[in-house]
Amino acid sequence: MTTTTTGTRTGRGPRRSRTRGKGRGNGIMLTSGLAIALAAVLVPFYWLVIAGTHSSQEVFDSPPPLLPGGHLAENLTSLQDTVSFGRVVLNSAGIAAVYTLCAGAVCTLAGYAFAKYRFRGRDPLFGVIMLGLVIPAQVTLVPLFKLMAELEWLNTYQAVIMPNLALPFGIFLMRQSMAALPDELLDSGRMDGCGEFRLFVAVVLPPMRPALAALGIFLFLYQWNDFIWPLIVLRDGASYTIPVALASLQGVDDTDYGAILAGTAVAAIPMAVVFLALQRHFVSGLLAGAVKE
Amino acid sequence: MTALATPARTKPAAGGPQGTRPPRLTARRLAPYAFVLPALLLFAAFKLYPIAWSFVLSLHKTVGGVETFVGADNYTRLLHDPLFRTALGNTAVILVVQVPVMLILATGLAVAFDSAALRARSVFRLGFFLPMVTGLVAYGIVFSVLLNEEYGLVNWLLGLVGIDSVPWLVDPLWAKISLGLALTWHYTGYNAMILLARLQSIPGELYDAASVDGAGPWKSFRHVTLPGLRPALLLTTVLSTIGTLQIFDEPYVLTRGGPDNATLTIGVYLYQNAFTYFDFGYASAIAYALAVLIGILGLIQFRVLGDRK
Repeated sequence: MTTTTTGTRTGRGPRRSRTRGKGRGNGIMLTSGLAIALAAVLVPFYWLVIAGTHSSQEVFDSPPPLLPGGHLAENLTSLQDTVSFGRVVLNSAGIAAVYTLCAGAVCTLAGYAFAKYRFRGRDPLFGVIMLGLVIPAQVTLVPLFKLMAELEWLNTYQAVIMPNLALPFGIFLMRQSMAALPDELLDSGRMDGCGEFRLFVAVVLPPMRPALAALGIFLFLYQWNDFIWPLIVLRDGASYTIPVALASLQGVDDTDYGAILAGTAVAAIPMAVVFLALQRHFVSGLLAGAVKE
Repeated sequence: MTALATPARTKPAAGGPQGTRPPRLTARRLAPYAFVLPALLLFAAFKLYPIAWSFVLSLHKTVGGVETFVGADNYTRLLHDPLFRTALGNTAVILVVQVPVMLILATGLAVAFDSAALRARSVFRLGFFLPMVTGLVAYGIVFSVLLNEEYGLVNWLLGLVGIDSVPWLVDPLWAKISLGLALTWHYTGYNAMILLARLQSIPGELYDAASVDGAGPWKSFRHVTLPGLRPALLLTTVLSTIGTLQIFDEPYVLTRGGPDNATLTIGVYLYQNAFTYFDFGYASAIAYALAVLIGILGLIQFRVLGDRK
């Protein structure tokens, strides 16, 4: 019936009706209760930043360190020595950036076609792609690995990037967002003599900027954090992404936890900051059409 | 130039109201195919083809890199495999315990986020959503250190209030609880956001009407909020179920499936068979069993939660 996006917008202002009759005291209790819960939820973030600046011994001191220490540089150096961390960060950033651009283009084009054109086979094709949302990724893991081996793509960046470019969730997200675009806009573009592709670039994309931002953040996060697929196709330390490199360090005898945690902070904190900066687009874009009847 | 060669037959018709079909319309007809083509090709090559191949593999046995056709052998082996049963059982426990706890928490959070009495709402919405941004490996590592039995921050904090240290990751039962805690930490905020989005589209008049009828907060929650949330609850339940059945990263990073296979999930078991023992045929059979399970559970949930008289 109603879409979520409108819900989010109207929901911004406080609603009298829902909490009428409750006193101020309730608000303070609710707020402080949630604040305690939130503090508990955020402890891992705080602790991660603190722990990354301590040596392995200090991480496991009793009492545990609760304030920043002086070993950050040392930890990063040790990380650099064991897994060429600089290279690994570049791998991650490069792969995620290229993936975001390519997958963004593939998903946006497909989402636009599914939302704004009527063509033979549209619904069955969309249905097949949505099947990809339901079928567990593990089903394809083994043959996909063999395919990569046959293509001699193991240990290459394209092996990480290519298989997930047509991400069903991305296509779904774009279709939902494109549906909100008024048809009149497209028609007037055509009246002005726009070709179909130029129409897409010049008329469709500009007003879709918030949705594209959401898609972009989602794709980047997805690729940046992806673990199992890179773990399978990247067999050589020099091509590792951050999660694979960090996981490879764990469980080794006398694991250098100071170094691992510093690396984990490097992987997690920038993403959290980017997310906080762009969250408005991200949350509303991600939830567009998430709850339809 | 063109006008000279073929006088006034094909080209000029584009401008005129009648005559042959203007090229623009043909372009408009072909454009959607061009737009979906990259997605379809990639999807067919890297999703559909492997799905079909996986089924073929599941009918083969791999010994020393050589594949022999064995029919349904892998599937019969699956039925009698105690480790698969363990993995299935562990996954089921997460499904029956962790998912409901998380969804109840998420509903509570969503209702709190929606309440006008709550101050600094955007801070809370964001803060609880933040764990979703953290990569699975990153949070697996953080949790494994935080929950360390002897040195972890959590046991130290518990010690401050006089609670004996808990063997979080080394005791089979506590390892399951730890896994549940990590999952709850990661996904509750995300589910709360989906529920909140739905909550905000419930018309306020319904609450007014309920309070006119003398309904207290609990009654209006039961008779207005819950029914209104139904589609969102269906969505979050189905998504969480699919996610739980496929669960791999958390147990792999947190406990490697241990101790004593207490956190061995279907996903981890599948991975072990494929990439530790290189038994691709058996791994594919596990994958197909998993897909069938997801299909069945998804259907049941649609039946139970989706039906609305």
